[in-house]
Amino acid sequence: MRARTKFIIGGSLVLATVGYLMASGIKETGVYYLTPTELAAKVGADQSFYNVGVKMGARVVKGSITRDVASQTITFRATDGVHTYPVVYRGLAPDTFTDEVDVVVEGRLQADGTFRATTLLAKCGSRYEAVPAPNGQGTQPAT
Amino acid sequence: MTDIGNIALWITLLLSAWTVAVGFLGGRTRRPELMRSAERAMFVMWGLLVIAAIALMRVLLTHDFNVEYVAAYTSRNLPVFYTWSAFYAGQKGSLLLWALVVSTFGSVALLVNRGKYRELTPYVAATLAIVILFFTATMVFASNPFERLAFTPPDGRGLNPQLQNPGMVFHPPMLYLGYTSISVPFSFAVAALISGRLDTGWLHAIRRWTLASWLFLSCGIVLGMWWAYVELGWGGYWAWDPVENASFLPWLTMTAFLHSVMIQEKRGMLKKWNIGLVVLSFLLSIFGTFLTRSGVISSVHSFAQSNVGWFFLVFLVLAAVLGFGLLAWRWPMLQAEAKLESMVSREGAFLFNNLILIVIAFSVFWGTLFPVISEAVRGTKVTVGPPFFNQVNVPLGMMLLLLTGIGPLIAWRKASPENLKRQFLWPTTAMVVTAASLAAVRMTNAWSIVAYALAAFVVGTVLQEFVRGTLARHRLHAEAYPVAFLRLMGRNRRRYGGYVVHLGIVMLFAAFAGLAFKSEREVTLKPGQSVDVKDPYGDTFHITHQGVSQYEQLNRFVTAASVDVLRNGKYIGTMKSEKRQHLDSLGRPTFEPSTEVAIWSTAREDLYVVFAGAVKGTEEAVYKIVINPLVWWVWYGGLVLAFGGLITMWPGAQGPTAASRRRAEPAGYVAQVGA
Repeated sequence: MRARTKFIIGGSLVLATVGYLMASGIKETGVYYLTPTELAAKVGADQSFYNVGVKMGARVVKGSITRDVASQTITFRATDGVHTYPVVYRGLAPDTFTDEVDVVVEGRLQADGTFRATTLLAKCGSRYEAVPAPNGQGTQPAT
Repeated sequence: MTDIGNIALWITLLLSAWTVAVGFLGGRTRRPELMRSAERAMFVMWGLLVIAAIALMRVLLTHDFNVEYVAAYTSRNLPVFYTWSAFYAGQKGSLLLWALVVSTFGSVALLVNRGKYRELTPYVAATLAIVILFFTATMVFASNPFERLAFTPPDGRGLNPQLQNPGMVFHPPMLYLGYTSISVPFSFAVAALISGRLDTGWLHAIRRWTLASWLFLSCGIVLGMWWAYVELGWGGYWAWDPVENASFLPWLTMTAFLHSVMIQEKRGMLKKWNIGLVVLSFLLSIFGTFLTRSGVISSVHSFAQSNVGWFFLVFLVLAAVLGFGLLAWRWPMLQAEAKLESMVSREGAFLFNNLILIVIAFSVFWGTLFPVISEAVRGTKVTVGPPFFNQVNVPLGMMLLLLTGIGPLIAWRKASPENLKRQFLWPTTAMVVTAASLAAVRMTNAWSIVAYALAAFVVGTVLQEFVRGTLARHRLHAEAYPVAFLRLMGRNRRRYGGYVVHLGIVMLFAAFAGLAFKSEREVTLKPGQSVDVKDPYGDTFHITHQGVSQYEQLNRFVTAASVDVLRNGKYIGTMKSEKRQHLDSLGRPTFEPSTEVAIWSTAREDLYVVFAGAVKGTEEAVYKIVINPLVWWVWYGGLVLAFGGLITMWPGAQGPTAASRRRAEPAGYVAQVGA
């Protein structure tokens, strides 16, 4: 057999393996990334969507954060302006987690309507910039 | 100052358009005055961009808060060291830095090559001028660092505390240098394609450039890992975040190119593939910036998002059309001069090495873009995380590690059984012994055993090369062993520098394999209370909470918590982790609080302690305690890798370049005759 043919066979084997790994990887570890509104729609259309692992991107409602340091539990409300879900998260929150910051929570929506999060990422509200001073002295954020 | 900056940018913009025109025209007509004009314009643009950079530096250092960029990224109480780094902390300054670096590299490339590669340099100048034109236009029309505000705020907003870290001062410029220096090989590829001078000349002209940009990218990536590890406090250094992946992609394609180019130099094969890799690397370097700036993919470390993303997308498409269009046009001129004779050969090993690197790049690209792809195809965003990337890349990484050992030692054309036995008997023995011993001490993770066994194999091949080479010199030239060893390296820098790089890669793989044994826990402790944590070697850390203290320091208010640590009953030190609330010059809190972690680092493992907060009003503290085996090897592996890269690049008259050029010359003539 010619070396070139052998290489093509070997290469195809590698590609097939990787293709399989990628497809199964996406199937097994892929997670829906939804806004609260999309999540509400999904759940409305299909009750079994409760308890499916999803990621939800939303904004923390101002003043809704309560922290219980002893049990390391954080509760807050997350909204996209239309739908709001209460979120319960057990663990350490990142430094950037605070009022009105964009967060990505990963977890499951419970049948009682609370979102039980296993991971909590706060999108650096900063985007590596400071928030404008509340009295309007600062400059406008570049959005 | 901003006027000077603006004027410099506008003239650069006009000059870059001029350079594009006279560069292409001069290359076509070969009129000396046009060619000279293109070169001079490049030097002048460099001067202008230096002036613009000085102007920006000056407004930053003089705290001219009427300038939007200065107000957005600095404040009066920001240490001077970080005021410097504010130059590239934001998008606008980064664009200026990028344009400045391209013009610097462009000027150097023209100075070095205008004698020897006269046919190429006008096109090189024109192509680089396109890049500068793009960056300057983006600045002038969309994102001007010299933009003024309608009013002057009394103080700036300050620099994000997470960026106030030495790692952040050096990590971005390293990455920028890596990204931007790829534009030089790209411009030579374009020049070679347009001029039809497709012999190995242009490959020699860019050899050091490709090595340099690979080295800059490597250093930038490792520094970024270090920054994430010491500053972000989540206990790891790589999260497969889109921004990280974006820097990894061009590194992969450049690594592939550095290997496949050897096949072209030696055997005249893979010509199309090599040009394709150069074009692809350049596109990925632009794509990386597009990804971070456009907000197409949401990332935890998304930077300011703006319409600049669309500028990048348009530029990306144009560059792709230019690069691949020219490649398609010259396709018939790029026929291979030799055939693959056997799979069991260096060519075969390198082909697989390239295949795997590109497949890794594709899987990372696909995983990173999957939210966009799934939304376009199925209407819902689906994201994939670290499990996806690990599942796909761990097996591929192992194959790559194996080839790292095989590639450099296997014979060209077709390896004989004697060659295989001579080169691989001892390394294979090392591999088997390592695997057996790890299994004997009950290492539980199968992939880790594979990784360490392959690491032993690669180290075996490299050591064998060094030992055999040194012994041979000792015998032939009667040199003392240390002298023989150093001369061996000095005479074959590319080869032995490459081996050192491979040792660095092995160290990195060893560190990554150690991640399987990472453990972490969260505890709440009152002062005097303690917790025991076991490491994977069976040793015990006894950690006692000492208390919480609060004080003001520089530009921040600090809450610090300390623990005393005993390892197997022996005191090893007190570790202090802090929560920092940064303050503006009026003493008001600014930014979210940030965490300073405490790290006790050894070659065996890191003890990583994060103070997560105190129970309100008491000294009861919440800690995250992470045992991170072998993290040390990431940083030192990175150093070894950079050192090896420097060896291969080190200029020298007796370098292997001259030798390989002699060998490769006939191939060049064939290509010319073919034209």
